[in-house]
Amino acid sequence: MCMDKELCFHCGLPCDIDAVLFQDKSFCCRGCKTVYEIFDSNDLKYYYDLQSAAGTSPDYTPGKFDFLGKPEIAEQLLEFNDGKHQVVEFFIPSIHCSSCIWVLENLQKLSPGVVQSQVDFPKKTVRITFKASETGLKEIAVLLSRIGYEPTISLADSGSAKKREDKRLIYQVGVAGFAFGNIMFLSFPEYFEVEEFWLDQYKVLFRWLMFAFSVPVVFYAGLDYLTSAYKGLRSKFLNIDVPIALGILVLFIRSTLEIMFDWGSGFFDSLSGLVFFLLLGKYFQKRTYSFLSFERDYKSYFPVAVTRIDETGIEEIVQVKDVVKGDRLLIRHGELIPVDGLLQHGDGEIDYSFVTGEARPVHVARGEKLFAGGKQLGGPVEIMAVESVSQSYLTRLWSHSVFGKGEESRFKTLTDRIGKRFTIAVLSIALASAIYWAYADPSLIWNVVTAVLIIACPCAIALSAPFTLGNMLRIFGRRKFYLKDATVVEKLAEIDTAIFDKTGTLTTRKYDDILYEGNTLTQEEKSLLKSTLRASNHPLSRSLYTLLKEQDITVLDHYEEHYGKGLYGSKGKASVKIGSSEFVDNCKEERPDRSVVHLSANEKYKGHFILYSQYRDGISRLMSDLERRMDIGVLSGDHDGERNRLEALLPDLTPMYFNQSPEDKLFFVRSLQDSGKQVMMVGDGLNDAGALAQSDVGIALSEDINVFSPACDGILDAEKFKFLGSYVEASQKAMRVIKMSFVLSLLYNLIGLYFAVTGQLMPVVAAILMPLSSISIVAFTTLATNWIGRDIN
Amino acid sequence: MSVIYVLLTISIVVALLFFIAFIHSVRSGQYEDAYTPSVRILFEDEVLKPEDSTEQTAPETQKTNSKSKQI
Repeated sequence: MCMDKELCFHCGLPCDIDAVLFQDKSFCCRGCKTVYEIFDSNDLKYYYDLQSAAGTSPDYTPGKFDFLGKPEIAEQLLEFNDGKHQVVEFFIPSIHCSSCIWVLENLQKLSPGVVQSQVDFPKKTVRITFKASETGLKEIAVLLSRIGYEPTISLADSGSAKKREDKRLIYQVGVAGFAFGNIMFLSFPEYFEVEEFWLDQYKVLFRWLMFAFSVPVVFYAGLDYLTSAYKGLRSKFLNIDVPIALGILVLFIRSTLEIMFDWGSGFFDSLSGLVFFLLLGKYFQKRTYSFLSFERDYKSYFPVAVTRIDETGIEEIVQVKDVVKGDRLLIRHGELIPVDGLLQHGDGEIDYSFVTGEARPVHVARGEKLFAGGKQLGGPVEIMAVESVSQSYLTRLWSHSVFGKGEESRFKTLTDRIGKRFTIAVLSIALASAIYWAYADPSLIWNVVTAVLIIACPCAIALSAPFTLGNMLRIFGRRKFYLKDATVVEKLAEIDTAIFDKTGTLTTRKYDDILYEGNTLTQEEKSLLKSTLRASNHPLSRSLYTLLKEQDITVLDHYEEHYGKGLYGSKGKASVKIGSSEFVDNCKEERPDRSVVHLSANEKYKGHFILYSQYRDGISRLMSDLERRMDIGVLSGDHDGERNRLEALLPDLTPMYFNQSPEDKLFFVRSLQDSGKQVMMVGDGLNDAGALAQSDVGIALSEDINVFSPACDGILDAEKFKFLGSYVEASQKAMRVIKMSFVLSLLYNLIGLYFAVTGQLMPVVAAILMPLSSISIVAFTTLATNWIGRDIN
Repeated sequence: MSVIYVLLTISIVVALLFFIAFIHSVRSGQYEDAYTPSVRILFEDEVLKPEDSTEQTAPETQKTNSKSKQI
């Protein structure tokens, strides 16, 4: 028989008492066994050889993908459709190992209609080409769900065409690198200017070839620097791209003139090398986590379609965006409520955890209001829409201006701030040396001024930040702190105020403290209670079950679960009722402000359990650590029932605000910013989305980074929450590294300027100095950031 | 004509060929997913017993070759 310690052959989770035995292998549930059977009968057992216990337990509700059968919905999801062949790309969060890739790419063995399937592992997507005549979108989605790879299809997938990945930067790096290499070869002979017949005869040809290679470098690969400098100048801001663009242009023009009038060989090698290194820095900084999305709004979470019931009682599937006020909708178990509505039929047992972070489901009675974003956990319910999707309580938040696209960030990076002073300094040095040479030797003016502009081109400065921040991004990523882009590290270093959401952020989604008030229970009652709780899947029953010490499990004669009310269990003459105050017998208490479970045995009221939510590991330490460096505060959408417990955990006098609506949170952050604060918001639910977007750094805490998180600047794995303080500290150190490498690169510039000002800048000096400075900066920043990374935790 | 022209032409043509190969690799999506192919390449051969391996590997080989050229 299956012991408690035995692990499921399919998914690797410990087998419970109700394990299934099949072919001498134990499975934790029927679902896992079914998947094994499917693989077994289709010659796909190699799946388990690649990686043992690679599977995921399937959780499929029949009818869930019925909407895919509707042509107009399917059409929006298909990438390609010519009537015969169709291509679709599904996002499958449960892809996690090589077995997943293998089985998903062998999908044609399970469904003959599939022509080809290809997995993109980093993005966790599978692209499936299938014959429309043999299978359909719905069948494929159902098949995937049955083998434990349920695709996530949301409102965001439909409608607008998918954004194509921008490959421009890759091309630019390629062009610059290609030209750089070739120009180096061609200019090599002239580095060692020996009076030689061959060299003399062909140098014109060589030089013009170099010119030809450098044209695409300036006007394609380096174009972004020129346009950015132009934009900066037009808005009267000297960003770091101004001296870079100046350097590029002067290099190009001076080199062209030099070869035209045979003054010299030009600096085409330095020019292409400069652009190549700059672009490499950009590329290094840009690559991030393709499987995460930082731009999600409610649409990534809302379903595409919902079941509508018309006047005659006929069910039809309609797109969520077509739902209007007054529609009657059928919400099945596990489905999400897409619009605010009134409950018409059935028992609402709504899980708002994605909205508020609160794990305890809310019981909703007929006629009461339901809010969009909740998930129905009970049986099917019928609701009447009172708003359209975009006008619901929660979704209205997204009409706020913070979510408006293309808002220019008010943040100026350190590099840009330095850029201004740097440009002014370079221009004054150029001017000063021009004046000096006007008296000393006017014929050298042109030479000296261009040389100053060339050598002062802040390549190394422009590289410091990308390589430091890019590397920090990777180091954080390895520690499960995923940032949207490199500027977030910079902003993080300047944070002086941190605001935390309570439910789901400071607390986990579990309960850990339990308090019983009432009459003492007999041994028999305790065991009956535990046995009854075991049968239920309700979150409260699960936590209560795991918290109760009683181990004597008996088999019940009778068991009933009333959705949204409670449980009933009996054995022999004894019976228990557990649940809400209306459900249990003779209960007079009403305590709506806490997670309370009432209990009655043999029709007599016994007492109640109070469950307290569990605070995350180490928050006391984290908070007192943060408090020394910044202001902290708590914003909660909840009632203030837990204020006392929180006060005990947090540093004294930490401001706490309760009963905050999503919009209140947004305005709170904005008012802090208006008083000059740099605000970090840490939250988890959709109700924090406004505050996350408004704050300077919005960090979404996530128990499972693949599932869902609102739009933010960074996603932090919940188990690493206690290290947040050291992450902030590490980013401050990273900024110090950047400043140090600025000093280092200024040293190089000073050496170069000596050659330039004295009028003796040779192409070979530039060609050595430029890569040398860039490479040593890259080496310095990489070593320094790795050293910082080792210090985290 | 001097031999240097021939040599230069050849070297630039070779360089250009590599450049075109690079452009092609970007276009066909080789820079989009740099991880999965490294796993995929290890799949074949070990798959099954010898008797059905011929039948099994045929469609897969085709796939690996045409991975980027989808409809």
